[in-house]
Amino acid sequence: MSQIMFWEALRRAQDEEMERDPMVICMGEDIGVAGGTYKATNGLYDKYGPERVMDTPISENGFTGLAIGASFLGVRPVVEIMSVNFAWLAMDQIFNSAAKVRYMSGGQLEAPVVIRSPGGTAHQLGAQHSARMEKVFMGIAGLRVVTPSNPRQAYGLLKSAIRCNDPVFINEHELMYNMKGDVPDDEYFMSLEGSEVARDGRDVTLFGYNISVHWALAAAEVLSKQHAIEAEVIDLYSLAPLDRAGIAASVRKTHRAVIIEEAEAPVGVGSEVMAIINEECFFELDAAPVRLSALNIPIPYAHVLEKAVMPKTDDIVKAVLKMHGRG
Amino acid sequence: MEVSVKKRLLREMLFARRFEERCYEAYVERKIGGFLHLYPGEEACAHGVLEAARPGKDYVITGYRDHIHAIKCGSDPKAVMAELFGKETGCSKGRGGSMHIFDVEHRFMGGYALVGGPFPLAAGMAKAIQMKGDDDIAICFLGDAANNQGTFHESLNMAAVWKLPVLYVCENNLYGIGTRIDRSTAVIDQYKRACGYDMPAEQVDGQDVEVVYEAAKKAVDYVRSGKGPYFLELMTYRYRGHSMSDSNAYRQKDEERVWGARDPLVILRDRLVEAGEMTLDDFKDMDTEILENIENEIIKFSEESPDPNPAEVEKYVWAENDPYVHVGANGGAA
Ligand SMILES: Cc1ncc(C[n+]2csc(CCOP(=O)(O)OP(=O)(O)O)c2C)c(N)n1
Ligand SMILES: [Mg+2]
Repeated sequence: MSQIMFWEALRRAQDEEMERDPMVICMGEDIGVAGGTYKATNGLYDKYGPERVMDTPISENGFTGLAIGASFLGVRPVVEIMSVNFAWLAMDQIFNSAAKVRYMSGGQLEAPVVIRSPGGTAHQLGAQHSARMEKVFMGIAGLRVVTPSNPRQAYGLLKSAIRCNDPVFINEHELMYNMKGDVPDDEYFMSLEGSEVARDGRDVTLFGYNISVHWALAAAEVLSKQHAIEAEVIDLYSLAPLDRAGIAASVRKTHRAVIIEEAEAPVGVGSEVMAIINEECFFELDAAPVRLSALNIPIPYAHVLEKAVMPKTDDIVKAVLKMHGRG
Repeated sequence: MEVSVKKRLLREMLFARRFEERCYEAYVERKIGGFLHLYPGEEACAHGVLEAARPGKDYVITGYRDHIHAIKCGSDPKAVMAELFGKETGCSKGRGGSMHIFDVEHRFMGGYALVGGPFPLAAGMAKAIQMKGDDDIAICFLGDAANNQGTFHESLNMAAVWKLPVLYVCENNLYGIGTRIDRSTAVIDQYKRACGYDMPAEQVDGQDVEVVYEAAKKAVDYVRSGKGPYFLELMTYRYRGHSMSDSNAYRQKDEERVWGARDPLVILRDRLVEAGEMTLDDFKDMDTEILENIENEIIKFSEESPDPNPAEVEKYVWAENDPYVHVGANGGAA
């Protein structure tokens, strides 16, 4: 076991896969000579050269489409889109080509491409650099979406994504690349579908994914120490598909659910999880499920305004207390 | 160009340099957050082009490196700096930040953070101008690397087909972040790419503001006369990193030296000094005055301005009281 940073975990996974399989390539803006905005490809250009670690022009739809086309013929591209805000430009190729080609060719073709990209609100990056796009990607049939919340998952999910024959979108977070965590030294893979219990509890389930897992864990600590409420935290690292069985199992145990999401509420992870709870275990509920989401506005620049947008630990604690009739 | 105009341009460009350098300091002091892209080295581009146009009247749009373009269009530097400080008095009311300076009153139609985004927007504004029958034009400033977006090609084509009054200005500083132009772009001379759309185009020295002005005059006159779009490429160089998080490590020292010696401020200053129109002491006085103004007026204003009110965080998302959001019961006119 080693303590490594999130970016190092991604780098290690790509390095191992490139070493194993000459058809694995990486591409993106400033990922080669410069080593990547968040260092996820650091050193790979020197090791594998410009044919396999490609610095692309600023042509997101073009180079993503090119990667998808290459994947039709057996190349295994890992595309880095510098920020999810720029992935909007590549949506045509991701949705209309990668996600649909297996189906519309009657299974003749497949697009085993990995697209990695950081989203989220960071520090005052403004409306056009603060998108949270997981809700957009997870609504498209044919595209897998995973979102690691720690270095261990970052490595294991990227390894599996590269080997998987479906297109996989990996939703990372701008603020998490320097996060440290334990990663096994031996090679391992993570299931692309599923969820993890990040904290065991019995009184309420807090559902989070990516950065909001950490928000949920922080709130769970407060609930335990100050209110004697033991919250279970479920890490929904797979957003498409969501882990129906895992969601239902936890709600059957705790009978209460709060979903915490960094994105705006409409058409999001929270609405999906609530629908699943309704469908799978409605009669197990002791309280109406609650979602805590970002305000439904473009992200403002000013620090004081930006802070007002996201749900806070205190909001989570209050919501849980209210569910327990203690609000 | 008249001597008085040259002197004014020198002052404006020196102001621009000092303004941006002060932004750098304020960023280090954590008064400014987010991404910050500065303009030192490229001053002659915005100043030369807009001097040849009608700043404040012609519509201007650009990317994230936008402070100086806004100021040359007539924006109050205080409101620009206050925006960077995230204050309610900022030109975008603290909602936008460095990459999103907007000042519609002065027809500065905004800074946009997505590379290539403004190309079609500029063509669209030109379409509107054409429909209104005004003799305004739209001017779009973007970098060299932006020309690899599909929007560049799509927009130039439409602008040419519909003879739209738009001037595309390419500020070619040889890099898109850390990638040198020859590593990302097949055709290095950007003006040649306009040929594909049968658009008149020219490449000139972007460090000499008089050269830029002359070339821009020709371009602006052409566009304003209704003949259609024009593409102007200005060869320039940024003296700092791409943004505050960039160290410039990928650039050769020799290259930096060559371009450093072609400082647009020094070129114009020396020309005026050699012609006996001003002395180096005059220049120093000008500098002192500018620095004092920035400190005593602009920074002071920005620091003393109030933060936006968090209770108003949801303002400006929707049109206020739009009658068509809730139409009367019988569907009649609201
Ligand atoms: C669609 C999109 N892709 C990538 C980026 C990240 N990015 C910001 S600026 C930039 C380089 C642009 O270079 P250029 O057009 O030459 O302008 P310069 O910064 O040199 O003035 C890149 C890749 C972005 N903002 N938007
Ligand atoms: Mg450039």
